[in-house]
Amino acid sequence: MRHTFAVLVENNPGVLSKVAGLFSRRGFNIESLVVSETEDPSASRMTIVVEGDARVLEQVGKQLNKQVDVIKVNDITNEETVSRQLSLIRVAADQNTRQEILQITEIFRCRVVDIGRKSLIVEATGDEAKIQAVIRSLKPFGILEMARTGQVAMLRGAK
Amino acid sequence: MMERWALESVGSDGTLGAGERQARGRGDTVGSGAEILVKALEREQVEVIFCYPGGANLEILDQLRDSSIRMVLTRHEQGAAHEASGYGRVSGRPGVCLATSGPGATNLVTGLAAASMDSVPLIAITGQVGTGMVGTDAFQEVDVTGITDPITKHNYLVRHPEDVAKTVKEAFYIAGSGRPGPVLLDIPRDVAQAETGVTTAGEIDLRGYKPNLRGHQGQIKQVLRLLADAARPVVIAGGGVLCAGAWPEMLRLAEGQRLPIANTLMGLGSVPLDHALALGMMGVHGLAPANLAVQSADLLIALGTRFSDRMSCNTEGFAPAAKIIHIDVDPAEIGKNVRADVPLVGDLKIVLGQILAKLEPGRPAGGAAGRDSWLAEIAEWKKIPHDPGPVRPDRLSAPAVIEALAAALPPQAIVATDVGQHQMWAAQRLRHRRPRGFISSGGLGAMGYGIPAAIGAQLACPRDLVVVVTGDGSFQMGLPELGTAKERRLPVKILLLNNDYLGMVKQLQDFYCDHRYAAVAFSDNPDFGALAAAYGADYFLAADQAALSLALPAFLAAPGLAVLEARVAPEENVYPMVLAGQNLDQMIGR
Repeated sequence: MRHTFAVLVENNPGVLSKVAGLFSRRGFNIESLVVSETEDPSASRMTIVVEGDARVLEQVGKQLNKQVDVIKVNDITNEETVSRQLSLIRVAADQNTRQEILQITEIFRCRVVDIGRKSLIVEATGDEAKIQAVIRSLKPFGILEMARTGQVAMLRGAK
Repeated sequence: MMERWALESVGSDGTLGAGERQARGRGDTVGSGAEILVKALEREQVEVIFCYPGGANLEILDQLRDSSIRMVLTRHEQGAAHEASGYGRVSGRPGVCLATSGPGATNLVTGLAAASMDSVPLIAITGQVGTGMVGTDAFQEVDVTGITDPITKHNYLVRHPEDVAKTVKEAFYIAGSGRPGPVLLDIPRDVAQAETGVTTAGEIDLRGYKPNLRGHQGQIKQVLRLLADAARPVVIAGGGVLCAGAWPEMLRLAEGQRLPIANTLMGLGSVPLDHALALGMMGVHGLAPANLAVQSADLLIALGTRFSDRMSCNTEGFAPAAKIIHIDVDPAEIGKNVRADVPLVGDLKIVLGQILAKLEPGRPAGGAAGRDSWLAEIAEWKKIPHDPGPVRPDRLSAPAVIEALAAALPPQAIVATDVGQHQMWAAQRLRHRRPRGFISSGGLGAMGYGIPAAIGAQLACPRDLVVVVTGDGSFQMGLPELGTAKERRLPVKILLLNNDYLGMVKQLQDFYCDHRYAAVAFSDNPDFGALAAAYGADYFLAADQAALSLALPAFLAAPGLAVLEARVAPEENVYPMVLAGQNLDQMIGR
């Protein structure tokens, strides 16, 4: 099972290594981890995507909570969330294929952010499924380079 | 007086003292990081600090010199950490140790790991190179917070003198509350030197650390229901019972409900072994009644235990018929190793109080009346002879030596052990009549723990008899700290079971390597009598029963540091023993 944890942590130096260290020494499998500032300068937000069975996922939540620098842990996997990640994909493109690639980016509402003689860079934003679909569609043209962020997520509505 | 010793052992540099007095004369409005640190330690009522000096903790030592805190100069930083650990275990309050940067800090590591595994309240303070040098691979610089992160409950690199007072207050709160553990403060030299007007801490608010102490009422109802239905219940009392000071509540519950009690190694002391309901230690070397009762129970009330592999053996086949109530202040322990039918988070003293309050108002104790046959079955298991093993005429039997010690010890005696066969024999056979009186490195299993832990215990309880049970391997790992004991005139008694082998590993090689011994024989051990003499200790030697009978009382009555070397047979193994992958009741040699 793949679960997404939204984790609010103290904005202290070393907190990232404490959390990352916890995952590696307990053998938890991180799919992605994003850490950034929040509206509160004293806190940071981590969005951690973890793969594991029910027992492992329960331990992930509990071990995170046990850290003094961790303020709050939410397993938001089954909540109504907005989740996004961003990818930059350099695709091989020549005169013959460029038009087709541009059509694909339009369908997925991606943006072309750079055009070179033999390639272009596509910026794709969306949830995991959309990013995967974009990658699948561009793959036949030849993906030369790719940089992806992890996932950030937020609960819908409520507040 | 010990206080004089502390002052003299630091040396008498008049200029430092004068500067320090001047600094203290300014009152509480402004102070250096080191000064604020030491005053904060005084406010936490620290009486003793186990320390080893170095270039990066000079300012802190200088401030300690004239403080009310007694400095105990150790012989190795590992000794300092274990001494703080022994102090913390018997007193229940954090023991404090101080080391310098780099090697001073890395030498603390084993002690911190031992304290972390066994939930011992401990504060470690390390000097660090100046903040401007951090990260440059400076002389005696290591990433202390990075290294100790997995083996502390929490740690801090204190970056500003204004943070010192608050950090100390937080550290003591974290170390001593909830599930206790070691907390480390790494203090760069410039932070110790720099002055600030922030000399005290206000209220602390740790939004990420709020231990749940009261048990959930709904879960407590479940506990009562299971208790009422159980025909074959067993209490498993782990170290958490001692951490929480919950042994009186546990005994009231067990006696009222007629619940037999098995102890984990860490829980020994929560019930005396001669109590009618006591089953003794369970686990790989658990006693037959404890292992058999747990394995065939229909209800386990597990208190403050993490179901370690040494205690549960094979978690797959563990107590197959039992429903498990797991009460622990650390939610992460519940369901980690063994499934819990009723998870209950809270401080054991409070939660057991809540349970007792529901049980007591005049009601007959649940299913307690129907437990005669269960207790009768257990009484039969208790009759299983616990054979002291083979005896050679020229050597003593180690378990028999422990039996003799057990018979001779006063109820208030504190026993610290090292790690190995002697530790298991002591765990199995001592009477465990003093809560927090059995001090042993359980989770980490760190050889060299016994002597320094006993030193810490003796300083916490100066009037009590403190005995170390050790082996010839562990003794040589803890040896340097005899220097500390000598200097402080500590009357620690060291029972050295010498079989000229690293017996526990030899035993493992017997079972798992077809008796092919490798790197376990001490074929030319040092003259332990001469070693004892070098440290000014009274020395007794016993190689047979008659000599032991004479030596043991004299050894225990010796006025100062004393060593009793018992020459024991190397052939003896610790039984019962559950082999790897076997269930608790599949004991051999019982």
